[in-house]
Amino acid sequence: MENAGYLFAAFTIIWAVVFGYVLLLLNRQRRQQQEINSLKEASKEKQAEQ
Amino acid sequence: MQERHTFRIGLLGLSFVLMVAALYLVFIYVPPEKEMGIVQRIFYFHVPLAWVAFLAFFIVFLGSVLYLWKRESKWDVLANSSAEVGIVFTTLFLITGSIWAKPIWGVWWSWDSRLTAALILWLIYIAYIIVRSFATEESRGARFAAVVGIVGFIDVPITALAITLWRTQHPGPTIFQGSLSPPMMLTLLVCLVAFTILYCLLLIQRVSMKNDEIEISRLKELGS
Repeated sequence: MENAGYLFAAFTIIWAVVFGYVLLLLNRQRRQQQEINSLKEASKEKQAEQ
Repeated sequence: MQERHTFRIGLLGLSFVLMVAALYLVFIYVPPEKEMGIVQRIFYFHVPLAWVAFLAFFIVFLGSVLYLWKRESKWDVLANSSAEVGIVFTTLFLITGSIWAKPIWGVWWSWDSRLTAALILWLIYIAYIIVRSFATEESRGARFAAVVGIVGFIDVPITALAITLWRTQHPGPTIFQGSLSPPMMLTLLVCLVAFTILYCLLLIQRVSMKNDEIEISRLKELGS
């Protein structure tokens, strides 16, 4: 099959970039959620002290 | 909140099913193209990636216009998120186009009108993301970016119409001229819908994360 390598490369790159981007977003979202939770906790503690 | 989560899961499921269907159609169902052979199958992903990138930049344009008009941050969030996802799709259609070009044209790249306009499109939206960091305050950065998002959109029709306006190495307008057989058209349409759903998913995710960033800034301000 002539040029099958190019076809394989194109599809591999598409899926690698899409999955890589999705993983990046999920990772960033997890860190954001952790930060939101810790900021809310800190705010509750501050209100309790006051 | 629960409804939004269910909607996202539903959209993810639909995206997965469509992608599997697209892979089946591209690799099993659609007959090989007579002149280019097996490598022509890149077309079924390359074209939808380009069309969805254009859609993404149209959303950037709309969001930018609405932000400058209404000055509500939700429109800037939409535009910013769509620009980022659009850049991912543009990168992919440039790369897949280059990979397709090598065995057909003998080169990875040529400075013909369609390819050059597409590269400029990519650079414009990279600039859209970067320009925010040059502003001293966030709302100013959003306004600069909105101007780039509106003016930069001019390159979308230029890129799309380059093959009809100028002589180009890139294949001419065949899709709307009825040159595709029914199996090819079906495969192209399924791939287009699959990538459009993927774009919607990524956009929703990105908008949600931008809203979380705003929430983090608000909580930090309250805490200080």
